[in-house]
Amino acid sequence: MTSKQTLLVAGNGMVGQHFLEAAAEAGLTDRYDITVIGEEPRHAYDRVRLSEYFSGTSAEGLSMASADWFTEQGIATRLGVRVDSIDRDGRKVTLSDGERLDYDRLVLATGSYPFVPPIEGIDRPECFVYRTIEDLDAIIAAGGAARCGAVLGGGLLGLEAANALKNLGLEAHVVQFAPTLMEVQLDRDGGRMLESKIGELGVKVRTESNTRAIVDGEEHRLRLQFADGGHLETDLLVVSTGIRPRDELCETSGLERGERGGFSVDDQCRTSDPAIFAIGECAAWNGRVFGLVAPGYQMARVAVSALADEAARFEGADMSTKLKLLGVDVASIGDSLGRTAGAQSYSFTDGPAGIYRRIVVNDRGDRLLGAVLVGDTTPYGDWLQYCINDMPLPDQPEALLLPGVEGDAGGLSPGALPDTAQVCSCHNVTKGGICEAVAGGATTLGDLKSCTKASTGCGGCTQLVTQVLNAELESLGVAVDRSICEHFPYTRQELFHLVRVEEHMSFDSLLQAHGKGLGCDICKPAVGSILASCWNGYVLGDDTTPLQDTNDAFLANMQKNGTYSVVPRIPGGEITPEKLIVLGQVAKKYDLYTKITGGQRIDLFGATVEQLPEIWRELIDAGFETGHAYGKSVRTVKSCVGSTWCRYGLLDSVGMALRLENRYKGLRSPHKLKFAVSGCTRECAEAQSKDVGVIATENGWNLYVCGNGGMRPRHADLIATDLDDDALIQAVDRFLMFYVRTADRLQRTSVWLENLEGGLDYLREVIFEDSLGIAAQLEDDMKRVVDTYECEWKRTVEDPERLKRFRSFVNSGDGDPSLRFVRERGQRRPANPDEQAVQSIPLVEVS
Amino acid sequence: MAWQAICAVDDILVGTGMAALVGGHQLAVFRLHDDRVFAIGNLDPFSDAPVLSRGIVGDLGGDLVVASPIYKQHFRLMDGSCVEDETVNVGAWPADIQDGRIRVRYGAG
Repeated sequence: MTSKQTLLVAGNGMVGQHFLEAAAEAGLTDRYDITVIGEEPRHAYDRVRLSEYFSGTSAEGLSMASADWFTEQGIATRLGVRVDSIDRDGRKVTLSDGERLDYDRLVLATGSYPFVPPIEGIDRPECFVYRTIEDLDAIIAAGGAARCGAVLGGGLLGLEAANALKNLGLEAHVVQFAPTLMEVQLDRDGGRMLESKIGELGVKVRTESNTRAIVDGEEHRLRLQFADGGHLETDLLVVSTGIRPRDELCETSGLERGERGGFSVDDQCRTSDPAIFAIGECAAWNGRVFGLVAPGYQMARVAVSALADEAARFEGADMSTKLKLLGVDVASIGDSLGRTAGAQSYSFTDGPAGIYRRIVVNDRGDRLLGAVLVGDTTPYGDWLQYCINDMPLPDQPEALLLPGVEGDAGGLSPGALPDTAQVCSCHNVTKGGICEAVAGGATTLGDLKSCTKASTGCGGCTQLVTQVLNAELESLGVAVDRSICEHFPYTRQELFHLVRVEEHMSFDSLLQAHGKGLGCDICKPAVGSILASCWNGYVLGDDTTPLQDTNDAFLANMQKNGTYSVVPRIPGGEITPEKLIVLGQVAKKYDLYTKITGGQRIDLFGATVEQLPEIWRELIDAGFETGHAYGKSVRTVKSCVGSTWCRYGLLDSVGMALRLENRYKGLRSPHKLKFAVSGCTRECAEAQSKDVGVIATENGWNLYVCGNGGMRPRHADLIATDLDDDALIQAVDRFLMFYVRTADRLQRTSVWLENLEGGLDYLREVIFEDSLGIAAQLEDDMKRVVDTYECEWKRTVEDPERLKRFRSFVNSGDGDPSLRFVRERGQRRPANPDEQAVQSIPLVEVS
Repeated sequence: MAWQAICAVDDILVGTGMAALVGGHQLAVFRLHDDRVFAIGNLDPFSDAPVLSRGIVGDLGGDLVVASPIYKQHFRLMDGSCVEDETVNVGAWPADIQDGRIRVRYGAG
């Protein structure tokens, strides 16, 4: 039996601790007597969450290991001392208290120190750094007597520090030398968006400010004097101008130092002395120091492998990061600044929402090199996967930029990831690792966290881990709860099947047979829509009215102040002058704000609930029908003018648009449906961005399906070519009914197709080869809907019982006196809060 | 606090609500399938629009609720509290049916 060797670890920060945990797990405690030396008076704590110390988390709350853990693992600790020198020949270190320790292997995890620039006055007692719990205690002590505080440095840590000052109740300033914030991670536009967002939160930012000296202030204790002649006064200053590796042991030991500091290490994290390793922020790999925790953890695991005589290499690290700074979501991925040769970039700014996104792609535009996200980091997980796995991008990479639709799963599907894809970079967990854990019995995110540690680091991968988990559970046949809501343990597709097969004619009948409770605003409209798709009954009957969502309930679109907009159908966008005049007259009579829609019709805004029936009586008398703008149903069929007038038109696009719109108007579906017909390939009707797009060719119609504009654009797919009129109608009948039967609630055709197993080929087989043998059924179902069409508004205005609901008050014939409008550009619009001179709706006291 | 008759029971369709003007204030009055009636404030505090009477009525976790038709927060019919934000309450007033009419007990003191 060989005796144990001695392993010393210099540093008990996050990386040093991760090394010890990995070492214990790898059984190194059986081969080595391990001693850890820590300069701070406590065991490792979570420095990443340091700012939580200001909002009440105790030092214990941040702690990463208890004294008991060290005892259990048999790891000796020396806290409050540091390694002062290394005698490499004698394999001994000398500690700051004079103690000498022998080693066989030494791991340096000494971390970094805050760099303080040589500015006159920066050594004043009101100036602090931001690194340790002791630093924070000093800031808190000084903060008690202070009113305002400033941070020198607008990088990631500087903004953390500014948040801390804000949490102390101080007026917070950030002084930044660079033109924008977080210049290492964010491009200029991203930095500016961040600046404006944190400005809104009350943090004052001063960029391009070169601090020359710190002197006595007049109103506050300190005055920062800037090179441009300006100044800023503050009671305390936190210096956060970068970090430097703690590599002073190079001096006495002769260990090689990297060009920009740090102990030089090879791919095994060995320094120039093979008995000595360096990991984390004190190590320089290829001359580069990594100032984030994830690469440090990676190095720790590599060093453990090397000590266990296993092969593992550090091959550089992904510096992507996602975090919340001062409440603002910020992320950067890979080459976010586009420094790679030939890199191209796309960006998207949503000023009102405060969202900025940029993607950097390679010269061919088929790989993601980097990205910047400010204000909303939802796509981070997907984009990171594209980047680190070198996955091919969609044909139009710019499509990635638009914010996803709420509730859409959207984006990258977990199935597309290779098994080697790294899902959690903090703990190096791959998709394969998660699948293995699921096969081993993990069924929840909690299970995965405890057995793989995935998603327990920065947490940026939580969404992706969950997706991989669900996909894997599903493929193993484990049930994932997809119940529509607490009242029905079924999906929409299953409910549709039950309604159709068991011929349920009402919500109550379905609820009694298959549900529980009373229902809610999720299942009621969903079932209401299914009943309408199947039986095409009247949506405002006694049974069906309580099921209808906001807009369907009053056959109009509710606006922000509770009034409605009215959209009559204008099939194909074709309208006679007489009808156009009627719309103008009605709008004028009721003082309705009037706007042309993108679907080639006219929207009239500002009608009160009691005005709706009167308005519709006039419209119906003039020959208009409801436009179903309020429904999850067929909206419009947009068209170009086609061969009737156009020099290039090949077929009568308006005629086909009219035929389609009049056929499918009134069809209720899982979500809204938009169509378009173009008379030639110039595509003036933009048919390829629609759920159903039709384009004329020399030989007939080409049919495109499942396109989408709006928030998540998707180019429609060509599913059939050169169809004649009747074949086109037959194909659209089958397509629509198949979608209505099988889609999830509120799932557009684009997302439905993306989730359809077998994709476009499968859909083509169902529609054109009748592979499921249901084509005749689908056509019959559609025929029933078409044959039973009636204008809902016509029926409603003719039924006094129905009209009882169209009143502002059940106990008064008056309109709502609280509505306020103002005029702008010759039209009426809702008054905004500032313009509501008096509190329009008296607040009532709660008895 | 006095009981005030608002309307006939049949003026409100089962499973829906209507707004009522009481002492210059707007209440949302709901009639359930079992002819229980409820009155809460009509003003949706998240949109500042007087619309809660036009929301979908249902139950969530055992509580009777209405979903705001604007941004879909839920308010409990029993006490006017908001499910998504417990600091928000639109107020609730006793309501019943007497001689075929819906009454609300509403008023100061």
